[in-house]
Amino acid sequence: MNSKYPQELLVSLYRDMLRIHNVQLRIESLYHLDEMKTPIHLCIGQEAVAVGVCANLKREDYISSSHRGHGHYLAKGGNLGALIAELYCRETGCSKGRGGSMHLVDTSVGHMGSSSIVGGGIPIGTGLALAAKMKSQDRVSVVFFGDGAADEGVLYESVNFAMLKKLPVIYLYENNQFSVCSRVSARQAGEILFHQAPPELLMSRIVDGNAVLDIYEAVGEAVARARRGSGPSFIECRTYRVRGHAGSGSDAKLGYRSEEEIMDWAIKCPVTVFGEDLLRGNMISEAERSKMVEEIKREIDEAFRFAQSSPLPKGEDLLHYLFDE
Amino acid sequence: MPWSKIKPELIEPDFNQETKENGRLLSYAEAVREALDQALDLDPNVFVMGQGVDDPTGMFGTTLNLHRKYGTDRVFDTPLAENALTGIAVGAAIGGLRPVYLHNRPDFLLLAMDQLVNHASKWSFMFGGAVHVPLTVWACVGRGWGSAAQHSQALQGLFMHIPGLRLVTPATCYDAKGLMLAAIADNNPVLIIEHRFNFRRQGFVPEGPYRVPVGKGIVRRTGKDVTLVAFSYMVIEAFQAAEELLKDGIEAEVIDLRTLRPLDEELILSSLAKTNRLVIADTGWKTGGVTAEISALMAEKGFYYLKAPILRVASPDCPTPAGFSLEEAFYPGAQEIASAARSLFNKGG
Repeated sequence: MNSKYPQELLVSLYRDMLRIHNVQLRIESLYHLDEMKTPIHLCIGQEAVAVGVCANLKREDYISSSHRGHGHYLAKGGNLGALIAELYCRETGCSKGRGGSMHLVDTSVGHMGSSSIVGGGIPIGTGLALAAKMKSQDRVSVVFFGDGAADEGVLYESVNFAMLKKLPVIYLYENNQFSVCSRVSARQAGEILFHQAPPELLMSRIVDGNAVLDIYEAVGEAVARARRGSGPSFIECRTYRVRGHAGSGSDAKLGYRSEEEIMDWAIKCPVTVFGEDLLRGNMISEAERSKMVEEIKREIDEAFRFAQSSPLPKGEDLLHYLFDE
Repeated sequence: MPWSKIKPELIEPDFNQETKENGRLLSYAEAVREALDQALDLDPNVFVMGQGVDDPTGMFGTTLNLHRKYGTDRVFDTPLAENALTGIAVGAAIGGLRPVYLHNRPDFLLLAMDQLVNHASKWSFMFGGAVHVPLTVWACVGRGWGSAAQHSQALQGLFMHIPGLRLVTPATCYDAKGLMLAAIADNNPVLIIEHRFNFRRQGFVPEGPYRVPVGKGIVRRTGKDVTLVAFSYMVIEAFQAAEELLKDGIEAEVIDLRTLRPLDEELILSSLAKTNRLVIADTGWKTGGVTAEISALMAEKGFYYLKAPILRVASPDCPTPAGFSLEEAFYPGAQEIASAARSLFNKGG
């Protein structure tokens, strides 16, 4: 057990990951009822990335996220009830039922909206960093994107601008190895080129995306660099999308990857592995862990009750929010 | 090369009698520049970006030396990365700033369609009004001197299709300034489609800051026999057509839409109720474009006012040719508007 971090932090990282994991499992278990009428993109197996990153951020720091964004939203402090209500397309959802699962927002914690156009959030997060810099605010911006977005030209355009203007932005490349059913190796010739950039222009790191402390440490360095005014960083977290691209359950039957491969990664579950480390290192007791699970369960129960009992948006309000009048 | 320098030699028609008294004669470029200057001066959150905004010609003169006055943090050149830079402007707008992103041609906006259409125009709606995007994008239609197919497109028809985007098309020096200031003050994304031929003119412009309301058109000339609906540079052509028509005893009313979205339907309808005849003129293509939309609207809402078919004057459905003899065939103008209007009377209307 890495003991250079205080117990309180370790337990909180674990709790945040467990919460995201269990929220995902609950969504997944109820999805077949077709009451959440919105496409879902689960982040099971990727909890360490969201949590390891956001543990370095202050409430007013920005994040920008993607279609696979439940974890980012929760890790940054987004309201759980409003997330679930959004999946149920309710007026009380974080986007008032206009966004759905792929379009989450909670401006009170610096989550300024997620895009479901792959790569779409990259320049927006870069622009948030530009705003922070121009307004002389002590704010950094983290841009979460996956390996599909890493194919897009807008990533190059954005990183170039961030290097040019020394923006306080961290490009968080969450490489889960798949875009729908297409493997990253089928789309990219090798390691992404940003790791070759001169370090003074762009700090780059490759970390184990299932190891929350490694992520926490690398991002901590990047955030400190951004706050110093030294410019952007590019952190690649290598992880794995355990579930299918969208919807619930395993997609092993599609045959584009083997059951064995999925199992190899499933046993590397960042939440379970870290939890066992904490138990072995006496950072948490089994009783404390059970209590934590129970508390999270109650919170999730409450969030679903809130969502299911919330009103639906009215058809007559269809044109609302198109403009700020 | 006349293409790179258009001299403001002409004075625009007496569009704004009231401003003639308290305005000064400015070139179109000076009017736009004054709007940017005042916006930068009045609000520290405003900034101006775009490829070449700090170069020696200052984007046709519209940004000339503003970087010297306000510093290169607030008026800066951009990489030629239209999509990312649009997204960066969107992000900056969400982060509390008021970016103005200038392009010297709308053709380049096609590289930024993802951020304009998928993001800027949807961010407010998609998040239930939690976030707003006070972004102004400006692009100037190139025309003439062999600008050809990729440097002259008048793409307002494409953008008029997009909910969540305001679309502004000024025609006069007064409006160039007032609509720019209104766009910058708007809390929503506004696209201003300019036209290079507007830059040939000078007009009377008041010195202080003022806003021309977005979504309101104006009658530039009153008449009782036929309504000529135009916007951007076509207002000048329609105005000339109206003078031509007078020789035939036809009194044409000229409407300058100023804004295509939101469209001032009421203004067109009330004019149509009076004249019963309608010609619509566009600087862009005909099919699926601005004239098609307005025709459809008037067929839906103004059908019983009509004594004759609605006629449209727009560019034929082909890319812009380079050669000047072909350009002449491509671009309709006052003659085409006048003969369209005349034909509404010849056919027993």
